[in-house]
Amino acid sequence: MGFKDFCFKKSLWLFHYGGASCNNCDIEILDCLTPRYDVERFGMKLVGSPRHADVLLVNGSINKRDKDRLLEVYDQMAKPVKVVAVGACGCTGGIFAEGIPFAGPVDKIIPVDAYIPGCPPKPEAIIAGIVKLIETI
Amino acid sequence: MGAHILYFLVYPGFLFTAIVGGLIAGVDRKLTAAVQFRKGPPVLQPFYDFFKLLLVKETILPASGSKITFLLAPVFALSGISIAAVLVMMPLLGINTGFEGDIIVIFYLLTIPSLTYIIGAMASGNPLASVGASREMKLIIGYELTFLLVIAAIIYKSGAETSLYQIIQTQQAGSVHIGSISGVLLFIAGMFCTQAKLGLVPFDMGEAETEIAEGAFIEYSGSAFALIKLSKYMLFFTLPALIILLFMGGVQLTGIHVLWAILKLVAVVLLITLIRNTNPRLKINQAMRFFFVWMNALVVIAIVLSYFGY
Repeated sequence: MGFKDFCFKKSLWLFHYGGASCNNCDIEILDCLTPRYDVERFGMKLVGSPRHADVLLVNGSINKRDKDRLLEVYDQMAKPVKVVAVGACGCTGGIFAEGIPFAGPVDKIIPVDAYIPGCPPKPEAIIAGIVKLIETI
Repeated sequence: MGAHILYFLVYPGFLFTAIVGGLIAGVDRKLTAAVQFRKGPPVLQPFYDFFKLLLVKETILPASGSKITFLLAPVFALSGISIAAVLVMMPLLGINTGFEGDIIVIFYLLTIPSLTYIIGAMASGNPLASVGASREMKLIIGYELTFLLVIAAIIYKSGAETSLYQIIQTQQAGSVHIGSISGVLLFIAGMFCTQAKLGLVPFDMGEAETEIAEGAFIEYSGSAFALIKLSKYMLFFTLPALIILLFMGGVQLTGIHVLWAILKLVAVVLLITLIRNTNPRLKINQAMRFFFVWMNALVVIAIVLSYFGY
């Protein structure tokens, strides 16, 4: 493991993209940043601009309108970028998978590096997913 | 000549300031975490952030706007703060430069980072960046007059000395400036100017993450953003050092005095961090009124008090 990978691993900045979500995953993601779970221990922080981000967190089902926006956000990010699909809707589509406006789960649109299932996933599950993501770098 | 290049690049200039500034930024994040009952990132986190941005990430240029200006702005910010750091640190560490009037040069050099952030933001062609730049500009108009008055009062209190080395000598021969009533008032105004120059809460409206997504820096990525981060870390060391120099009589680097020097630095950084963690973000009109009315009035009162010898 080189110095570059070490630094990348120690400082992952997150950008949060919510698709057509029911907001439960958004709340659980924000939970991870609260004092109780505190992912800033791993050097992670939520940033406001996709230009600064290293990890794209996608939750919620992606419908036809969200798809263009998701691609736009992904193109705006400075590479290398890791993508994490959060929640059942992000991983597979969940209960929306057979709906008419559904445009496919996240991994049909952009390459996904880690999946965190659950409806919604608990903060512990999200941290476990993040640790797995760090191990892939 | 060789010694001067060493002064500029290694000690006490660029490299020393960057390393200590990064450590201070890490301590600041750790203290913020402690205030919020969190564990917080490791102290070396700013270095990881810097090297990640510099070595790993791609730099994206804006499609609209001036690309060369956009890329040169962080370089100018870094060179401005490096020169300011050298000029502040050399008198502080007891090296007499024999430069009369360097306190006025420092005043101008310390505005270069903010100005170049504004120029870079304007060159990026992003609407949110121009909102951030205009806020930053109004903030500069607000605090610069106060900062200039503080410096004028310090020059007056030191007996019309305009060299930083002489200001330290005056304080070490007599009493430190913070030991008098006018000195305390000036220190309060100076701390708020420092806070505004560092762009920390309550004066972070130029880069408000929650409303305009880092404002002036929204388009920066990769190594250009790394240089901006580095200039911020260096500013985080240079400004507390300037406060120590102007108000607390500088430092002495012999024997037990080293501990005393570190304590002074920690106290100023702690104060900055606590102000940052216990205040909400002000609106730009509130910030301007704060500096124009209250801080200027405070400094004028301090100048009048020091005229009467308090």
